Amino acid sequence: MANPLALYTHYVSISLRSQMQYRVSFLLGTLGQLFSTGVEFIGILALFDRFGSLNQWTLAEVAFFYGIVNVAFAVTDMLSRGFDHVGQLVRSGEFDRMLLRPRSTVLQLIGQEFTLKRLGRFLQGGAVLLWAALYLDIDWSPSVAALTVITVCCGACFFLGLFINIGTVSFWTTETLELMNVLTYGGIEASKYPLAIYRAWFRRFFTMVIPMGCVTYFPVVAILGRSDPLGTSLAFQYLAPLFGLFYFILSLFIWRIGLRHYRSTGS
Amino acid sequence: MQSFVLPYTAVLSARFRMILQYRAAAIAGFVTQIGWGAIRVMAMEAFYRSTSAPQPMHLEDVVTYIWLGQALLGLLPWNPDTEIRNMVRSGTVAYELVRPVNLYTYWFSRSMAFRLAPTFMRSIPLAILALLFFGMQAPASPEALLFWLAATVGAVLLSTALTVILSITLMWTIAGEGVSFLVSPVIYFLAGMVIPLPLFPDWAQRVLDILPFRGICDAPFRLYMGHIPATEAWEVLFHQVIWIVILVAFGAWLLSRATRRLVVQGG
Repeated sequence: MANPLALYTHYVSISLRSQMQYRVSFLLGTLGQLFSTGVEFIGILALFDRFGSLNQWTLAEVAFFYGIVNVAFAVTDMLSRGFDHVGQLVRSGEFDRMLLRPRSTVLQLIGQEFTLKRLGRFLQGGAVLLWAALYLDIDWSPSVAALTVITVCCGACFFLGLFINIGTVSFWTTETLELMNVLTYGGIEASKYPLAIYRAWFRRFFTMVIPMGCVTYFPVVAILGRSDPLGTSLAFQYLAPLFGLFYFILSLFIWRIGLRHYRSTGS
Repeated sequence: MQSFVLPYTAVLSARFRMILQYRAAAIAGFVTQIGWGAIRVMAMEAFYRSTSAPQPMHLEDVVTYIWLGQALLGLLPWNPDTEIRNMVRSGTVAYELVRPVNLYTYWFSRSMAFRLAPTFMRSIPLAILALLFFGMQAPASPEALLFWLAATVGAVLLSTALTVILSITLMWTIAGEGVSFLVSPVIYFLAGMVIPLPLFPDWAQRVLDILPFRGICDAPFRLYMGHIPATEAWEVLFHQVIWIVILVAFGAWLLSRATRRLVVQGG
């Protein structure tokens, strides 16, 4: 019996091979992803050209925020689009088959699709992040470097938690609700600028209800080595990414609850 | 007795839930767009707070621009007509060739419905909400309203002509969304959906003025708020008409090329 990791690698290799059957389609898809995130960044460039700064944040700083959120999201986006299909699987009754297999449903869903074309977002976000990191005078002490890696990892976990939540809702609605997109894509759209520029209700929502700011804002302030206009302490900024991890663990528990609630549609 | 009624109540409630599901999906899309618009508005507010220098657009105009964009989002040439896509993939597109109608005109009208129907559903309630609660302004004058309506007709025709071209390219690429992956983000950007076009640098304006995409969002929106005075409205409409003629001619030519080399997917 294969262990989970080997099984996952196997899933990924199948998925990759199937995507490589349509090489042109894959290339177009990757380039398309690169374009659609690329135009967003050109928009930011144009706004900075016009306005000079964004409430004391410079272009390079905003680029760093933009890079972190896009890299973290792209990782999850590549790994776990399977949760997008939960609604469809539940509706068609195919989810029953997943339950019969002697492996966890979460693993099977994560393995269902490794979406290589999302590499486009990863490359684009990564290039912007690299540029910002080189341009800014960041003091790359071991703790700052570690915090950067942890932030991206916890960010990816946070987004995975969000995808799992979207899938969980489907147990009740048998439909993948577009409503949840406002959290993922809306959150990313918002996170490309520092959270401090938004209104208070919005900041609170994305810190306390959905802790996106904990992975995309507070730790980045610490990495950039500047004081937070929201007045948080350095210790909090270092600990904040953990909330993204907690969110992920919590979403796994909610998934379990949903699984217990699940009743086959029988079709 | 109970078992006699049960199937009917079951089918009734199932049907009822299904309809509610669709409504839930519509509401979800609606909420997503409001969230998206609100994020964009807040970011622009922050940019306007950063400078006191005069800008080519007032903040209130930018806010109206963003909400008009959200309301009319569906009009943009996002993707090829999904029905045509399925026909090309399954090979049933061959039936289209034997119909005793002009194929281009036929596809044009079907693509127009494809663009218009979903937009109608969302745009009116969204615009009403934005007008009442989110700072969108009413049209600048009765003339502005009239010219905006006329330019919106032009925008629909432009967008439809582009949609048809995207659909026709599927006959070459067959799999996936074809070139629309690459082209759509660029059109989205050049139409003014990422940031309002007047905020781009001055050198870019000359290029944007020539391209057709301004006519899809930017020019009609600015007629609405009087940012383009009614006296210059004719120029906008003229620009649209020229591009509609060019894109329709190109689409018809492309279609005649495509049908000549069409290989029907057997099955």
